[in-house]
Amino acid sequence: MQALNSKAIEVTDLTVAYQETPVLWDIDLDVPPGVLLAIVGPNGAGKTTLIKAILGLVRPAAGNVLIYNKPYVTQRRIVGYVPQRGSVDWDFPTNVLDVVMMGRYGALGWIKRPKKRDRELALHALEKVGMENYTTRQISQLSGGQQQRIFLARALVQDATIYLMDEPFQGVDATTERAIVSLLQELRENGKTVVVVHHDLQTVTDYFDWVTLLNIRRIASGPVEDTFTTENLRETYGGRIAFIKNR
Amino acid sequence: MANFLFLTHIDYTLIVVALGAALLGTVSGALGTYAVLRRQSLLGDAISHAALPGIALAFILTGSKTPLILILGAAVAGWLGALVILSIVRLSRIKYDSALALILSTFFGFGLVLFSLIQRTGNANQAGLDTFIFGQAATILERDVLTIGILGGLAIIIMVILWKELKLLIFDEGFAASLGFPIRLLDILLTSLLVIAIVLGLQAVGAVLMSAMLVAPAVAARQWTNKLNLMVLFSAGFGAFAGVSGTIISSSTTGLPTGPMIILCATLFVGISIAFAPKRGIIFDGIRQLRNRRSLKLAVSRLLKNPQKESK
Repeated sequence: MQALNSKAIEVTDLTVAYQETPVLWDIDLDVPPGVLLAIVGPNGAGKTTLIKAILGLVRPAAGNVLIYNKPYVTQRRIVGYVPQRGSVDWDFPTNVLDVVMMGRYGALGWIKRPKKRDRELALHALEKVGMENYTTRQISQLSGGQQQRIFLARALVQDATIYLMDEPFQGVDATTERAIVSLLQELRENGKTVVVVHHDLQTVTDYFDWVTLLNIRRIASGPVEDTFTTENLRETYGGRIAFIKNR
Repeated sequence: MANFLFLTHIDYTLIVVALGAALLGTVSGALGTYAVLRRQSLLGDAISHAALPGIALAFILTGSKTPLILILGAAVAGWLGALVILSIVRLSRIKYDSALALILSTFFGFGLVLFSLIQRTGNANQAGLDTFIFGQAATILERDVLTIGILGGLAIIIMVILWKELKLLIFDEGFAASLGFPIRLLDILLTSLLVIAIVLGLQAVGAVLMSAMLVAPAVAARQWTNKLNLMVLFSAGFGAFAGVSGTIISSSTTGLPTGPMIILCATLFVGISIAFAPKRGIIFDGIRQLRNRRSLKLAVSRLLKNPQKESK
């Protein structure tokens, strides 16, 4: 489908500023296809902003983002997005299946309503995340981990090639975390590119094969074994890190 | 037959007013759902207050009291007010509530100044313009009912056609944007629909009270259902019912103003719903909690008496 040497995501000279303070400064980032990448960095490092900038949700002050060598606007259909769980009001009057079906809205286009096929796709995605018994459950009655799972299911029905996920492990229990990890690894095995904003440094080497260290600037990016070094981490987190790599 | 006899005794004007109030309640109830779910209840208040100078200006410019012209003026001013608020929030560091309060009182104040200017010119035609401040349902005529029906119907049709898009916008704006839906455009559209619902109600309910017609039915409806489509239907129903019952109550006793009665009816529904709704209502919630506590206590005491048996 795509040439092997082409880049799934290519970010060049990206700078984003809110008011006057830069949130991202002159970022260059190449994401090869088929990797499971963690974006790691301290609070306020611009991790969420980077994802949003790739998706065109925030307007950069400078720089450029390409998805398989084309601008995002033309590549929307192949990019799936999992926003932060806390970004929506979970008391909204709707149920699990309906939220997952929203992942089909882009493919459906304007005005058209979801059909039986979209429903089947949504049910299938719910099975994938182990939530098939919750289809009619009111979304306000879900635990944090369940909310995260249906957000993942919603991205799965997009049937994307590239997935961008903003803290999918935020506030989930150990079981859910394991389930999500194996789902992400399955996506990678199927040739998808998965970019995840991640917080837990201890699990980076276990879960991911590629890592980007970010703190306003891009500190380092590459395969985990070369990039996830004590030196790079110290540069990313300043002196505040008490993390010793045991290998 | 008995019904028919009963109807013939009712004043024709009352039927027109009640019909107008019912239509108005339907439209504002349906669209108010979106305002409440988007946490923009107060935006409605700002729009209705901001509409006032538009009415005055429309009268000054045209010298006419044709409802369509006044409504148009109100809509332009209300829409402008909403747009200014949203732009202030987006472009400056001023917070939403401050922007709201600022624009609401500035536009309303400007409207009051224009009204007193109009009064001072002694234009014989101006009488009755000030009903737009507190509303006067009794002034609703057949042509007004027609206007409400057509414009309100149009707003609801747009709402139904763009059901999926508006739902996604309200639930998850960021995700909607990532799918390529133009959220700013949808946002302006949604605000415009709110503006339509509000200006249609100004004559009957008035600028000061109109936002309650948006918020109250939706808040009541939310208590009874967990489905968006049912919430919109219930809200429209509550709005219509409040319109009719408010009109009838005010007509049965002399001196009771219709607009405020409609609002009081709608608020009564809110109170009843918050108290008695089966799932979200506080009374059933309290009973449920009490029952849970009791069964928990029972289980604990059983456990204490008979630990081995229970643990198996």
